[in-house]
Amino acid sequence: MTPTYYLLLSALLFTIGAVGVLVRRNAIVVFMCIELMLNAVNLSLVTFARINGSLDGQVMAFFVMVVAAAEVVVGLAIIMSIFRTRRTASVDDANLLKY
Amino acid sequence: MSINLAAEVAPATGAASQAWLLLALPALGAAVLLLAGRRRAQGWGHLLGSATVLGAFVYGLVLFFESTGLSPDQRTQDLLLFEWIPVGSLDVDIALRIDPLSLTFVLLITGVGALIHIYSIGYMGHEREDRSRFFAYLNLFIAAMLLLVLGNGFVTLYFGWEGVGLASYLLIGWYQGRGYAATAAKKAFLMNRVGDVGLALAIFLMFKTMGTTSYAGVFEQIGGQSTAVVVAIGLLLLLGACGKSGQFPLQAWLPDAMAGPTPVSALIHAATMVTAGVYLIARSSPIYSLPQAADARLVVMIVGAFTLLLGCVIGCAYDDFKKVLAYSTVSQIGYMMLAVGLGPAGYAFGILHLLTHGFFKAGLFLGAGSVMHGMNDEGDIRRMGGLWKKMPITFATFALGYLALIGFPFLSGYFSKDEIIYAAFGEEGWRGWVFGGAALLGALLTAFYMTRLLVLVFLGKPRWEGLKSEDGKDYHPHESPSTMTIPMIILAFGSVAAGGILATMLPEWLEPSVGAVAEREGLVSHGMVAVMATVAMVIGAGLAYLLFARGEQPVERPQRVSWPVRAARADLYGNHLNEALFAKPGTWLTRALVFVDNRGVDGLVNGIAAGLGGSSGRLRRTQTGFVRSYALSMLGGSILVIAALLMVRFA
Amino acid sequence: MTSTADSWVLWALLAVPLVGAAVTVALRGNDKTAKLAALAFSVVELVLAGVAWSLYDPAGERLQLGTTLDWIPAFGVHIAWGVDGIALVMIAVIALLVPIVIGAGWADRLPEGRTKGGFFALILLEQALTVGVFAATDVFLFYVLFEIMLIPMYFLIGSYGGANRQYAAVKFFLYSFLGGLIMLASVIAAYSLASDTLGQGTFLWEELVPVVSAAPLTTQIWIFFGFFIAFAVKAPLVPVHTWLPDATAEAPMGVAVLLVGILDKVGTFGFLRFLLPMTPDASKELSWLVLLLAAVGVIYGSLLAAGQSDMKRFVAYVSIAHFGFIALGIFAFSTQSLTGSVTYMVNHSIATGMLILVLGMVIFRGGSARIADYGGMAKLTPVLAGMLLIAGLSSMSLPGTNSFISEFLVLIGSFPNAPVHTIIATVGMVLAALYVLWLYQRIMQGPLRGDAIVGAAGGPGAVVAPEVGARKAIADLSGREKLVLAPLVLLVVALGIFPKPVLDTVEPSVAATMCEAGLVDPVQSDEEQAQC
Repeated sequence: MTPTYYLLLSALLFTIGAVGVLVRRNAIVVFMCIELMLNAVNLSLVTFARINGSLDGQVMAFFVMVVAAAEVVVGLAIIMSIFRTRRTASVDDANLLKY
Repeated sequence: MSINLAAEVAPATGAASQAWLLLALPALGAAVLLLAGRRRAQGWGHLLGSATVLGAFVYGLVLFFESTGLSPDQRTQDLLLFEWIPVGSLDVDIALRIDPLSLTFVLLITGVGALIHIYSIGYMGHEREDRSRFFAYLNLFIAAMLLLVLGNGFVTLYFGWEGVGLASYLLIGWYQGRGYAATAAKKAFLMNRVGDVGLALAIFLMFKTMGTTSYAGVFEQIGGQSTAVVVAIGLLLLLGACGKSGQFPLQAWLPDAMAGPTPVSALIHAATMVTAGVYLIARSSPIYSLPQAADARLVVMIVGAFTLLLGCVIGCAYDDFKKVLAYSTVSQIGYMMLAVGLGPAGYAFGILHLLTHGFFKAGLFLGAGSVMHGMNDEGDIRRMGGLWKKMPITFATFALGYLALIGFPFLSGYFSKDEIIYAAFGEEGWRGWVFGGAALLGALLTAFYMTRLLVLVFLGKPRWEGLKSEDGKDYHPHESPSTMTIPMIILAFGSVAAGGILATMLPEWLEPSVGAVAEREGLVSHGMVAVMATVAMVIGAGLAYLLFARGEQPVERPQRVSWPVRAARADLYGNHLNEALFAKPGTWLTRALVFVDNRGVDGLVNGIAAGLGGSSGRLRRTQTGFVRSYALSMLGGSILVIAALLMVRFA
Repeated sequence: MTSTADSWVLWALLAVPLVGAAVTVALRGNDKTAKLAALAFSVVELVLAGVAWSLYDPAGERLQLGTTLDWIPAFGVHIAWGVDGIALVMIAVIALLVPIVIGAGWADRLPEGRTKGGFFALILLEQALTVGVFAATDVFLFYVLFEIMLIPMYFLIGSYGGANRQYAAVKFFLYSFLGGLIMLASVIAAYSLASDTLGQGTFLWEELVPVVSAAPLTTQIWIFFGFFIAFAVKAPLVPVHTWLPDATAEAPMGVAVLLVGILDKVGTFGFLRFLLPMTPDASKELSWLVLLLAAVGVIYGSLLAAGQSDMKRFVAYVSIAHFGFIALGIFAFSTQSLTGSVTYMVNHSIATGMLILVLGMVIFRGGSARIADYGGMAKLTPVLAGMLLIAGLSSMSLPGTNSFISEFLVLIGSFPNAPVHTIIATVGMVLAALYVLWLYQRIMQGPLRGDAIVGAAGGPGAVVAPEVGARKAIADLSGREKLVLAPLVLLVVALGIFPKPVLDTVEPSVAATMCEAGLVDPVQSDEEQAQC
């Protein structure tokens, strides 16, 4: 079992997430894609921790999870309130904050 | 040759130790009159103004007689009043030098000044409300002029020099409502300032090379300076003298200055202030007498000779009473310049001519003022004629002044002018012929234009009958009040007698100030010069009489005239030259600079501000509000950063 | 902490206007009491300045009446005051001008919603700060005050000025502030030099001078430029001058007097206090640059003054020409020229201050600053015309007026070291006569004309003759205005005839500055060589 496969999987998941963020309009989907990217990173962190034989990466992964959880709370709340006021969850429709 | 002028300065004693009174009297008069305001001083302003000058004159006489009692080498006295500008090695004092030269001028200034003050009481009678201010300005002038001649260094001279310039400015522009008077006043001041730059630079150069600016210090050390320095100082002083004395190329302001009231023209622009340039050069005689200064002196002579002819030529063509006299003044000062340019042979005669000229030209101007006073301020001599019957006293005094000016034998001008012509012929080689010839030709032309003036104004038919002056009134020529005629009579006496009396005494009296007269063998003998000058005068006067006394003279100025007359009427294009060389380019330069400053310098600053504002406006547009494009740019940025890291890692 | 027995005077000079500002702003509800309070405090300040003058001993130490307190000991920052002759005369000028400015602004019309109390309080605040700038002997303290004094001036222009005041105020602020920031770099460089050499950093001027002046030339040149740019903007020298015409044109007349008469002098004061002693080698190396800017400034300012159509901008360009003279004198390196420059700073404040105030009185009457709107006013207001002429004559340095002394000293002192520049500047004398007399002619002489005059007379179609109408509408100087101008006229004449008190106060400090900078007079009499 080589760590390379884990890293490749992580890169694949990250790319899917990044492309998803860039191409999808629905805020929920974008949000999911961000989560996907975070977890892809988690995967590489854990992998590297395993390779290096230290726990640092795993600790870091916990931090990411905590932050991600907090982010979900805030992010979903924002998406909810945007949906309530604008009747849409498309990120392209919420472009008031410009120039 | 001459006694060492620098070494013999004694501290002032006796009456001379209070000589500051000379300055203080008219200065206080001016201050009191200006502060009192016109209403309060209306009743007594003219009396106070005249009294202060008369007082100064009396005091000057006391000084003069005291000085004659001293031996010649004690007559040069210095009086320190207070330290003025003491900084480091520069030490400028307000101090007076009382010596024969300055005393001569003191008497001229206060004497003629007092007469003209008295004359002005009558002349300014029409404008009682402003009369006290007029007297304040006159007093200011006298004070400044006395400071000019009494100062014991070049800086105090400069103080007085600019002071008289100010008084002249105020008085030329006296008729504030007339636009041309204001312009003439400004022009006079500006052209004088051009000359003042020369004087100022001369002072700076003296300080740099000799570390002092006082007469005593400069005259002591000037002999040790290089030729270049001496010539430079000589030429710079000459530039100053040209400005103040209306010499070529700075002569154009003097005729315009006639816009001022006539007593002003008589006092400032004929008798005293305009001769300050001659004073300056005579005072600087220890500089100009040096052999190193020969080139500078030659330039002085050229300027003098050229100006005396220029003044004569233009004087022949003018129809304005006072302007003819003004150009006559330009020309006569040319004589004086020529004389002082001759060096030790001419200083005393330059001053002699200056004094006699002071008398007869002041008298002529007062005569002109008297005529204009009686003729509704008319100045055009073509609209006069036959006035001798209406104004006998004016005519008589004017005629005596006229005879003195053209050098009628044994009147004032005869002595002074002939001495200058004789001295000019005394120069070596071609110079003697050129300068002597120019002076002689000048005598002929002087007789011509003055005769023309006299004939057109006083003789011939009364052309003014039936004409109206500009304000629509008829002319009622009448003799002037006695406050005006008495000064004219006194000056006429001076015109007749001053030359004869002074010619014998003055050179010796001035010796402690300008050195002894250098006798030299001339190209022609003294008697010969007298004959030649008299013949020239007779030819000039006769020619003018033939041309103008017989037949009708048109009231309107003839327009179809030959080229020389047209050129002379246009001041020999002096004003055109100034206009083309300085005024026009200056105006364009100013406009261009205003444009550059607004659009260029300030434009650059505002441009930077606008550029920053504009580019921020552009950059702002990238903030679209679309989350996904932000994400794209983040991605792009990250890729760039990673690429850069890899490049560094693997390069 | 060190101080001398007489140091209370400087504290008082700083405190009185500050307290005055506080009192005036508190009383702003009632115009009259506020005005009287401001005037009273400014007069007290003037008396104090007289006391300081009498306590100052020209032959004494370099810096007198001083105090040094620690402020931020960790960085060697002090609250340190002290004056030399140069700073003292400038403080005296400030103390003199402020009551006059308050008197002149007594009846000014202010923009909507502004009170006289606020206006005068800001002026007093500005006075306190400028006194501080001239008295500060700690470089950091100087820098702080140098920047802070912009703030009241910003509000004085931006809140009380003319139509375009916001633009002018921002421009003024940005220019000065940018210059100041560049100076901060040099201040810090000087500090770090000191901490390298002395082992412990300090901002005290007296301790910095020997350290910085011993630095290598390249270092000095960098430090020189930092200070120079700030001071050149402040002075202002061409080509960084364009803020001044805008600021002068928009500022109320009294504020313009403070701006031109006092604030600008901080720049030339800085040349003398910082550039020459701290960076003597760089000053010598770069004197050609400053002399060039100075000579250009004289001619450029004069020509532009002649070309202006607005009276206030006219004054600004006149000042730019005069600052050319001052800079010329400072960088021509002789006792005469430096003394001339310092007295020029004093005399320029008096002469130009008077010119601005008189023009302000003209504008007050006609309601327009355009020169073309006036003509022939001398007939209606002879005293005002006389005042304009006196101010103008002083501006063109006529002998007998105060400015002559300084201009003469600058030129005669500069001639030995910089003959070409001096000759160019001397030509500026002719131009000065031109712009002054031309202005006088256009406003005062000739027949009555111009919109402001004819308009006051009831317009071209008025029933009464224009002269009668205008005489009614346009009055000559009031008693208050005469009182305001009288001290200035007196000083113009008195300092022109007898300048010795000022010269004697200034000269020893100038000589000390020359020694610090290692300069030797080009023209010396035998007995006064090698005094350092």
